[in-house]
Amino acid sequence: MIENLNVFAVRTLTQKEYFAPGHRSCQGCAEALAVRLVCKALGRNIIIAAATGCMEIVSSPLPYTSWRVPWFHCAFENTAAVASGIEVGLKVLMRKGRIPKKKIVTIAMAGDGGTADIGLQALSGALERGHDFIYVCTDNEAYMNTGIQRSSSTPFGASTTTSPAGKMKPGQITWKKNMAAIAAAHSIPYVATACPSYPLDLIQKVRKAADIPGAAYIHILSVCPTGWRSAPDQSIKLGRLAVETGTFPLYEVERGKYHLSIDFPKLKPIKEYLRLQGRFRHLTDEMIEEIQDRIQRDYEILRERSKRGF
Amino acid sequence: MGKRVGMEVSIAAAEAVKQANVDVISAYPITPQTHIVEHLSEIVANGELDAEFFCVESEHSAMSICIGSEATGARSFTCTSAQGLALMAEMTYIASGLRLPILMIVANRTLSAPLSIWNDHSDTMMIRDCGWIQFFVENGQEVYDHVFISYRVGEDRSVLFPTIINMDGFILSHVIEPIELIDQEKVDKFLPPYQPLYRLHPDQPVTMGAFALPAIFAETKKAQEVALRASLPKILEVWKEFGDLTGRYYHPVETYKAEDAETLLVTMGSIGETASVAVDRMREEGRSVGLVKIRLWRPFPFEALKQATLHAKNLVVIDRAVSVGGPGGPVASEVKAAIYGEPLRPTVYNFIAGISGRDVAPFDFIKMVDKAEIEIEEGKKDGYELYGVRE
Ligand SMILES: Cc1ncc(C[n+]2csc(CCOP(=O)(O)OP(=O)(O)O)c2C)c(N)n1
Ligand code: SF4
Ligand SMILES: [Mg+2]
Repeated sequence: MIENLNVFAVRTLTQKEYFAPGHRSCQGCAEALAVRLVCKALGRNIIIAAATGCMEIVSSPLPYTSWRVPWFHCAFENTAAVASGIEVGLKVLMRKGRIPKKKIVTIAMAGDGGTADIGLQALSGALERGHDFIYVCTDNEAYMNTGIQRSSSTPFGASTTTSPAGKMKPGQITWKKNMAAIAAAHSIPYVATACPSYPLDLIQKVRKAADIPGAAYIHILSVCPTGWRSAPDQSIKLGRLAVETGTFPLYEVERGKYHLSIDFPKLKPIKEYLRLQGRFRHLTDEMIEEIQDRIQRDYEILRERSKRGF
Repeated sequence: MGKRVGMEVSIAAAEAVKQANVDVISAYPITPQTHIVEHLSEIVANGELDAEFFCVESEHSAMSICIGSEATGARSFTCTSAQGLALMAEMTYIASGLRLPILMIVANRTLSAPLSIWNDHSDTMMIRDCGWIQFFVENGQEVYDHVFISYRVGEDRSVLFPTIINMDGFILSHVIEPIELIDQEKVDKFLPPYQPLYRLHPDQPVTMGAFALPAIFAETKKAQEVALRASLPKILEVWKEFGDLTGRYYHPVETYKAEDAETLLVTMGSIGETASVAVDRMREEGRSVGLVKIRLWRPFPFEALKQATLHAKNLVVIDRAVSVGGPGGPVASEVKAAIYGEPLRPTVYNFIAGISGRDVAPFDFIKMVDKAEIEIEEGKKDGYELYGVRE
């Protein structure tokens, strides 16, 4: 149960589903929710290029498909390049009069592994070329599809199957790569972070990304109960806690200008977020303090930037 | 008859891409493929071709862009060599599995290590089984012609496969040859715009690139295998039509003074032209030697090869790549497989020659034939040698 939350129906959102129910994701998968919301935000005139990963595997076992919009899976590390190809293909065919002119939004979708690790080069190339597309990274903070292995987006201290908490090492010993900042460093017109626990904010950002010509990058924190060792009915709450504790702040970088979507005068203690997840079970008070300090510092920097505007 | 112009083969290749009215070009420079990319970027920059041109950040992305654009129905082109091909290897299997008729020219170059920019076939042999239609051309005219032929065949709805045109790096890519250009009108008639069976478009949503469980994967592979084999008649038909249009007729296997020959040299690629000089010299000396040149590498022309070779006593197969620790060169392996079932078959002697651009002159072919004939006469059945290596 989510405490203190009024349930209301969103009237501005289509009831149509483009990512159809019946796919095979785990219970409480917020990555599937993120994908569903991205589709709902834009409607049917989209083409999705998807990376290998959970969302691909749960949605496309031949001869079935969960996709009611054109959907293309090529490989793991090249989604940004494939989406580039789709975007230029449509552009040139419309220019040459071989298909009718209309707005079709090209979306690349990849996990944190397909984005921050193996797909980083292709992504950087695509952002630098400035294709008119939206790159959506659904970040569940590890390689979930292949069995919860660490990525460079796995947070400090998290235990995964390749960064296990053991006698000598306390789980992941590196800090989460700041992908949104890396994307913003390409001076693309629009970068945002989002979380399906804040559906309206997410939808608004996706629509904005589609409206702004040029490349857009949206980094979506996607709670994964299977990999985070959390209860499936806590996913929405965990997403909210990630934001409220400052672990995953929601913000936009529009033409270089930073803007915090929600600012919290006082962040909730990180402990509230960590204690709901088995992957952090082994953390000592010292480590939690270290994490708390780092979050506080990063949040202050972001807040300053948001005030300054750049 | 079209205009005959002296031009570098890479430039001729780029000109053909222009005349084929390609929609998307995406590539990454690597020697010896570079001149094609450079010339294409010029062509697009000058507005001679209305295409999207992207010199991307890697070959992996170059092929990935082509895969994406081809899936929307845009005619797409890329080219590469050696290390670049290795980097895109993963994507080549996906392009054919998804039945996307991309065209790629490979200016063949040695795969590292040691690093070498010179010519042999080790790069393309790495992806021998990637499921593309694969040609090996002998001269610049063939490169130019096969750009049109490849798109025409690959985009046919009974085919739908990507195509590789293999041309020897430097030996072909960097030489100036007389090329007979085809009038644009004729090209347009021969090669109308691509009409894909399915394309990525919201008006008709399709899922492409689904994953297959063991219960269905084998069926999808079989479908691909059957379809690639079945492309052979279409290739022959298009070659015939192209011949009627230009007077240049192509065949999967080409023969030269082969009909009555006891010993046949078997080659693939530009080395065939040198081999024919060697055959002439040996013929002058009264020796019964001929030449068989393989032009179509995939689908492999088993029947045509048998027809061209079964009457001979000895086959001297020249490979340009080593299958390290394996049964010999890849061409010899295929040739042996093709004739194995025949009760009366020639004996195969396999030489690996000209690796990493080492020159193979006419007298080298003569020496190879000498050695093979003597050793086969002495009873050797599995002759195999890396020719001309200092030990
Ligand atoms: C080149 C390559 N290397 C490795 C893999 C194996 N692989 C497939 S998906 C995946 C992890 C996906 O992780 P992520 O991108 O975070 O997506 P998630 O499954 O977590 O949603 C890996 C390692 C692959 N398919 N291709
Ligand atoms: S492993 Fe995680 S991300 Fe993957 S389907 Fe399950 S809950 Fe979703
Ligand atoms: Mg992940």
